[in-house]
Amino acid sequence: MNNQSERSERYLKLYRENIGRISLSSSPYINSFRQRAIEEFEKLGIPTRKNETYRYTNLDTFFNHDYNTYFMPGEADFIKAEEFRCDVTDLDAHGVVLMNGFYPTIRDKVRQLPGGIWIGSLNEASAKFSDLIEKHYGKYVNGNSDGLVLLNTALASDGVFLYVPEGAVLKKPIQIVNLVDSQDDIFNQHRNLIIVEKNADMTLIICDHTLSPRKFLTNAVTEIYVGENSHFDIIRVQNEHNNAAKITHTFIYQERNSFASSNNITLHGGLVRNSTHHYLGGEGAECNSYGLFLADKFQHVDNYVNVSHAFPKCTSNQLFKGVLDDMSTGAFNGRIFVHKDAQGTSAYQKNNNILLTDDAKMDTKPQLEIYADDVKCSHGATVGQMDENALFYLRSRGISKREARLMLMFGFAHEVIQNIQVEALRERMDNLVMQRLKGELSRCASCIVKCG
Amino acid sequence: MLIIDNLKVAINGKVILKGISLEVKAGEIHALMGPNGSGKSTLAAILAGREFAEVLEGTVTYMGKNLLEMPAEERSREGIFLGFQYPIEIPGVSMVNFMKTAVNEHRKHKGLDPLSASDFLKLMREKKELVEIDSKLANRSVNEGFSGGEKKKNEIFQMAMLEPKLAILDETDSGLDIDALRIVANGVNKLKRPDTSAIVITHYQRLLDYIVPDVVHVLYDGRIVKTSGRELALELEEKGYDWIKKDAEKNEL
Repeated sequence: MNNQSERSERYLKLYRENIGRISLSSSPYINSFRQRAIEEFEKLGIPTRKNETYRYTNLDTFFNHDYNTYFMPGEADFIKAEEFRCDVTDLDAHGVVLMNGFYPTIRDKVRQLPGGIWIGSLNEASAKFSDLIEKHYGKYVNGNSDGLVLLNTALASDGVFLYVPEGAVLKKPIQIVNLVDSQDDIFNQHRNLIIVEKNADMTLIICDHTLSPRKFLTNAVTEIYVGENSHFDIIRVQNEHNNAAKITHTFIYQERNSFASSNNITLHGGLVRNSTHHYLGGEGAECNSYGLFLADKFQHVDNYVNVSHAFPKCTSNQLFKGVLDDMSTGAFNGRIFVHKDAQGTSAYQKNNNILLTDDAKMDTKPQLEIYADDVKCSHGATVGQMDENALFYLRSRGISKREARLMLMFGFAHEVIQNIQVEALRERMDNLVMQRLKGELSRCASCIVKCG
Repeated sequence: MLIIDNLKVAINGKVILKGISLEVKAGEIHALMGPNGSGKSTLAAILAGREFAEVLEGTVTYMGKNLLEMPAEERSREGIFLGFQYPIEIPGVSMVNFMKTAVNEHRKHKGLDPLSASDFLKLMREKKELVEIDSKLANRSVNEGFSGGEKKKNEIFQMAMLEPKLAILDETDSGLDIDALRIVANGVNKLKRPDTSAIVITHYQRLLDYIVPDVVHVLYDGRIVKTSGRELALELEEKGYDWIKKDAEKNEL
């Protein structure tokens, strides 16, 4: 019904109507990307299933919808924000809340943490740290031909800025809690920029939550720079309701001898699509890309991973797992691209999925493009039912069928969870996954978001 | 303790067990021998409750109850233990969690409270020493990355934890070197009590040097073709199975 140009027109109109307001609160540098991005977007449009990387994901129900509010908080929101406080966590972390994609505070929009680390609103930081913004902003998404990334570049209003200077080691993780809470249907697009200079070490946790039962759509882009010899972990925990769509695009650029890992854990959500792009941009860089999702009812979860080996002697590892119940559907698309000169590359990929019903469906597609000769590469994918032999083994020791099934699913999921280095978070994820598998409501229990 | 009467079993329409009758009394050790494909492992799996075959005829009575009606987990709680020929690797499920769940299910069945964490760990320690299993193995996922010998020792360790009344050991000796074989056999012997029984399935007499059976059965083509004392095992070791096969075929004619 809606053809491509009609679909896009909704968003072009949005751009025309809002760009003035959005530009006002952003820095000239960030604004300088917008015009070109919207022009590119006009050519590419909202991705359809004809687009290879979105082949298994239908965005229509969320992108053909009229949302009441787009991108920008109004005056009233800021007044509300002034009183807004969230007790986000008992996790020992430095916490930041992003409300409907913007920074819900008026004061202290950028603050300093131990070790000279700065965190705050991207808009606010772009004046204070203009040299850093100019060095990094828009650089790591460059060349990406996803219409939704372009749409974000054109219209993003705010997000989190995080700067970790050279040699800084942050023992506590930083936690960003993305909340969507509104009495209206909302579409928000935020943009994060994370800069980790060389010889630094930090862990970032991003939690995605919805607090009210309206229709929500989020299209978020995160650009991450990991400097030489640095260590960076990002863990994303998604727990949204069935009427919410979460589209994330994460771009991690690594310098030589750096290590980065990404772990996307999707506990709940109506439509989820995470694309994670790793660029190994220096010799000896290493990355691990993990993902786990648990889907039921009519949920759909799609993970797209792109690992680019641009330099010699880099290592990458992908492990993605899914458990699909009811009529849920899932997709995995894992791309490994080894450039011509990237000799001595090691690149591995594994994708395993369990279908609990005959109606659940999983599409998995490895995509290896190798232009170097000295390369170690492997990939494997499975889609299947629960292992009957393992089930019998557990039952033969006196464990009931129900409990045995739970243990197996939990074990299956734990293989991804166990890669989380923050112990408190790892234990919490184990608990949440267990609750989720038992069919209990898995609120991020002890991390209750108390807002008022 | 266990009475098998004229048991006939088919898998995918093919008859594998063609009328097995066998009685194991409390305190007895029975050895079940026979060439490959004779139905030994099928019998073991049927007794443990694996739902893969169709029982055509016959009954199995365990402690006065109809065994074939019980689900696998209930058989275990009632005291039946199967030592697997090929123990299953279960990534992501820790040995500790696995055993804790199993032990507490058994306790619940007996009307006992679950063990406290410290009592459970104490029990684990004791039993680990009994089977000389590497302490570190208990902290890993179930059988994951275990060597062949470690897997078999782990079976005996589980048996020690669950203290079965009737242990069915399916080729526990296969793939073991002589030291591991001794450890496994010692474990079985140490766990043996006057009132507990075992069915030991094996190809070779070797294991029976360590675990001394009261009765030896030879299974061939789905039937028990010979039952005798332990001297039968020695005779088989010497002469192989061919004479048994010939005898059996002669009888059929």
